Amino acid sequence: MFGRRGVELVKELDQSLDSIPPFNEELITEILEEMQRLYNENRIDVNTRPDDHETYLSIKVRHAVLKRDKRCILAYLYNRLRRIRQMRWEFGSILPPEITVSLSKPEVQWFDSYSKCLATYMKSIGDNHGLNLTSDLAPPKSLFIEVKCIADYGKFEFGDGESVQLKKNTYHLLPRSECEQLVRQDGCVLLSPRSLTVNCKRHCERKDQETKRESLSACRSL
Amino acid sequence: MEEVDEVVEENAEFLEESDEDGGVTAQSVLQDIENAWLNEKFAPEILPHQSDAVECMLQQISHMEDNMKSLGKGSMKSLIHQMEINRIRFIISSYLRCRLEKIEQYAMHILTEEAQRGREDGYLSSDELRFAKDYLSSIELLFRTLALQHMPNVLQKFEIETMTVKPNIHAHVFLRANKRITGIIVPGTVDEEVDFEEGSQHIVQYSAVADLVKNGDIQLI
Repeated sequence: MFGRRGVELVKELDQSLDSIPPFNEELITEILEEMQRLYNENRIDVNTRPDDHETYLSIKVRHAVLKRDKRCILAYLYNRLRRIRQMRWEFGSILPPEITVSLSKPEVQWFDSYSKCLATYMKSIGDNHGLNLTSDLAPPKSLFIEVKCIADYGKFEFGDGESVQLKKNTYHLLPRSECEQLVRQDGCVLLSPRSLTVNCKRHCERKDQETKRESLSACRSL
Repeated sequence: MEEVDEVVEENAEFLEESDEDGGVTAQSVLQDIENAWLNEKFAPEILPHQSDAVECMLQQISHMEDNMKSLGKGSMKSLIHQMEINRIRFIISSYLRCRLEKIEQYAMHILTEEAQRGREDGYLSSDELRFAKDYLSSIELLFRTLALQHMPNVLQKFEIETMTVKPNIHAHVFLRANKRITGIIVPGTVDEEVDFEEGSQHIVQYSAVADLVKNGDIQLI
């Protein structure tokens, strides 16, 4: 059926709300082939039998499908972009490798150019003073937050030159503004928040998984 | 407790220090930013930028931070000042983030509108404008490399007209009137004319009050 693949493409993205599914190059190529085929058929019809009413109708239908296919592909690309954009705000300018594998090369390039664009803008705020818009995501309730290290991080230096050793399974009370970024970067970062509410969904999920795993292994050992 | 009172007072003084150019106090600038922030958050479309106020406040923050160095670390005073700075910085970031989100979402619409406005009365600051243009062209480039160039010739166009997303200016907003306003026309089956008393609160369609929000007669809440 005409246009079915286009819908499939959009559906696929729609079904995975939280993550980015692998770039479906195969399906896109199929749609593009369909478009080329329909276009060629149309061209032949226009050139050979331009006055026939039936041909006119089928040209119309094919053209509608062409437009729909285009719309589906662009919608797919655009909505992926919006998710990739969200990653920039969550993880900073370096994408975790598990996400990069799901992206096509131009998408990775787009991420870099978006990242650059955003950085240029943030640097220019307040007469080139610069302001990092990706921090301070939630209203500050207190100066310090309690965090738990979930892996060995090593020495973490504060803005004022003091530093702290972050070891796995230790609890710390740290200045919120300093470690917000640490908490948010998922892959390389090792703190899990107890009182920080921003974007900790991921961490909570992970925590849940950890607890589940722990309870599972506990069951097994019984 | 006495110490706390003292510091709070000092904080207020900190903010009340008047600016050299033209009797604007930091306190009033902060108020302006807070209002702009709320308006931006609740208005469906992008509003005129307030980069002067943002700039001024950011300078004030770095000024406060310099002053704090003399207070000594970990003292009660410096903690309270720090908290205040964090709050102000949050408001500014949140305000600018909100604008960026709108710019991204309505990039094409905003750029078309902006092109019709003069350089002086544009809604975007020059940096935001550059961001919007870069953002849009990066999207176009991606569409082109991944899809458009592989399509049949007639369909290769990056159609701005069909892809534009416009903000819903008929959305309803909560508002408070800053002064008495008469003769607001609320669109509907019968266009109704209403008056707002000073300080009164209403829910109306945004399109009816868009201009009043922009000139500051109405505050969205």
